[in-house]
Amino acid sequence: MSALPLTPGRHAAPPPAGRSPWRLAGARLRHDRAALLGLAIVALFVLMALAAPLLTALNGHGPNEFHPEKIDDALAGAPRGSFGGIDAHFWLGAEPGTGRDVFSRMVYGARISLLISLLATAVATTAGTALGLTAGFAGGRTDLLISRVMDLVLSFPQLIFMIALVSVLPEANRTLELVLVMGFFGWPYIGRIVRGQTLSLRNREFVDAARATGMTRRRIVFHEVLPNLMAPVLVYATLTIPVNIGTEAALSFLGIGVRPPTASWGQMMSKAIGWYQVDPAYFVVPGVCLLLTVLAFTLLGDAFRDALDPRGGNR
Amino acid sequence: MSLLTVRDLTVEFPGPRGTVRAVDGLSFALERGRTLGIVGESGSGKSATSLAIMGLHAAARVGGSIELDGTEIVGAGREAVRALRGRRMAMIFQDPMSSLHPNHRVGEQIAETRRLHFGASRRRAREDAVRALADVGVPAPRERARDFPHQFSGGMRQRVMIAMALACEPDLLIADEPTTALDVTVQAQILELIAGVQRDRGLAVVLITHDLGVVARVADDVLVMYAGRSVEKAAVAELFTGPRHPYTRGLLGSLPRLDGPPGAPAPIPGNPPDLLSPPGGCPFHPRCPERIDGCATVRPELTGGAHPAACHLLSAPEEAAP
Repeated sequence: MSALPLTPGRHAAPPPAGRSPWRLAGARLRHDRAALLGLAIVALFVLMALAAPLLTALNGHGPNEFHPEKIDDALAGAPRGSFGGIDAHFWLGAEPGTGRDVFSRMVYGARISLLISLLATAVATTAGTALGLTAGFAGGRTDLLISRVMDLVLSFPQLIFMIALVSVLPEANRTLELVLVMGFFGWPYIGRIVRGQTLSLRNREFVDAARATGMTRRRIVFHEVLPNLMAPVLVYATLTIPVNIGTEAALSFLGIGVRPPTASWGQMMSKAIGWYQVDPAYFVVPGVCLLLTVLAFTLLGDAFRDALDPRGGNR
Repeated sequence: MSLLTVRDLTVEFPGPRGTVRAVDGLSFALERGRTLGIVGESGSGKSATSLAIMGLHAAARVGGSIELDGTEIVGAGREAVRALRGRRMAMIFQDPMSSLHPNHRVGEQIAETRRLHFGASRRRAREDAVRALADVGVPAPRERARDFPHQFSGGMRQRVMIAMALACEPDLLIADEPTTALDVTVQAQILELIAGVQRDRGLAVVLITHDLGVVARVADDVLVMYAGRSVEKAAVAELFTGPRHPYTRGLLGSLPRLDGPPGAPAPIPGNPPDLLSPPGGCPFHPRCPERIDGCATVRPELTGGAHPAACHLLSAPEEAAP
């Protein structure tokens, strides 16, 4: 740093370039162990999902291959061998009844789980931000209308309506349907937060100052208000992902998620229910995966909140 | 012709408990190269006036006429006024801590106005921003342009605000309490800076403040406001040596002065009036130590040539002004 006495120095060795608020948050994040753990787990699952075809090529079993030799018909289809049939080829055992490779189904399940929950979060975040911003900035009748619609959607008992909606929708692309339905029920949460933030930002002095320089309304919305919404939106979106992972698993568990034979964790758990006394290992695999991803995204979301708003929070 | 002509300006805020008339029949004119100080207590209508000139009132009813270099602002289309803002007239705000966008580099924020009004290229605008920062005395402007607002001190931020306001070479600068949030030594620097750019560029400056010391230092003319009305208008020296309105005398009397009579400064008793139900007659009469019979019923008009004041004492023949 040059010899400017006016520059406030927070750290002993500050980086030379101007430190943007985002960069400061990044620096705080790097010192947060919970964040790093969450990030590591998320990265692991994302890599696993992306590399699913490679991983199944390694063990040699696709997710939908039946292996009758792995199950014992005398035991009504329980897998042969201990711990659900774990051996050198079936790393996490075999599925009872069919003998499909549990590891392969798990990594393909990660694909579905992450794909649906991330896309649903993206839909909810985009719609929620756009509508919340419109409501907060426009005010008046527009605000009233959007706010009432948000209240209406929030007042639905979500899971029941999701089940009803998914069941009624024509059997086209189930993945896309799940994304849209979950996005539809998710947007008002983020919309409310964005609306509230916009209301308080709209009358902040720097927005007035921008108006005084003759900036257009459109530019004020996108250039002055929106950047200040990114922190809460990012935090909330990150915390929405685990909720959506859980919802997708719940819907699949209830049999209205993705269609078999496509693997999904919720569906695996639903199948494992019938076998938990004979083959508890089969229940553990998707259960642990769900637990870990939900935990990791939650840790990450909390860490984002702490890093982006150093005054709030309790750290 | 004057650069800025305000005639019979009214600003009203409709509210649930009634309409507040924040500015009531204000008129003044301002030439290029002159500084007009508008002085008054909180709620006297100073800021409502400045926002009306900038066309920034969203919820208020603005009446009367504001002409900037012959262009009428009251009632003009939103887009027309927007094009004037930042280009022909610019404004700096009270709190430089919160008037800059926290997520954008200061250079970008200044460049933004150049791009907006002159369609300058990104590169040109960035060069202009560096020059603008240099003009207001920010050291190492090229490096500082890449910094964020939180890396600047209060005084430096106000310099950045001034650079931003002046980036498009406006004719009129409105400074709304530009030094209130700064400490005293920095105040002096900022006032000097404003006075300096005004001299160099022949700007017309409207300086809004409650601080008579600031007015004495930089203004040419002073307009004293009370309850949305102008009660006295004068050249700075005349106002300080011969105030004609009891309110102005009260303001001056409430200042601690080294050259004044000994003893503690005397505050004006009472509070500014409730604008929802302003007192009849002269709005100052409930607090006025010199009130006479007509004060509670007849509203005094601004009279008196080059140094007008709105007070019955001045027109009452038996009462010579002290």
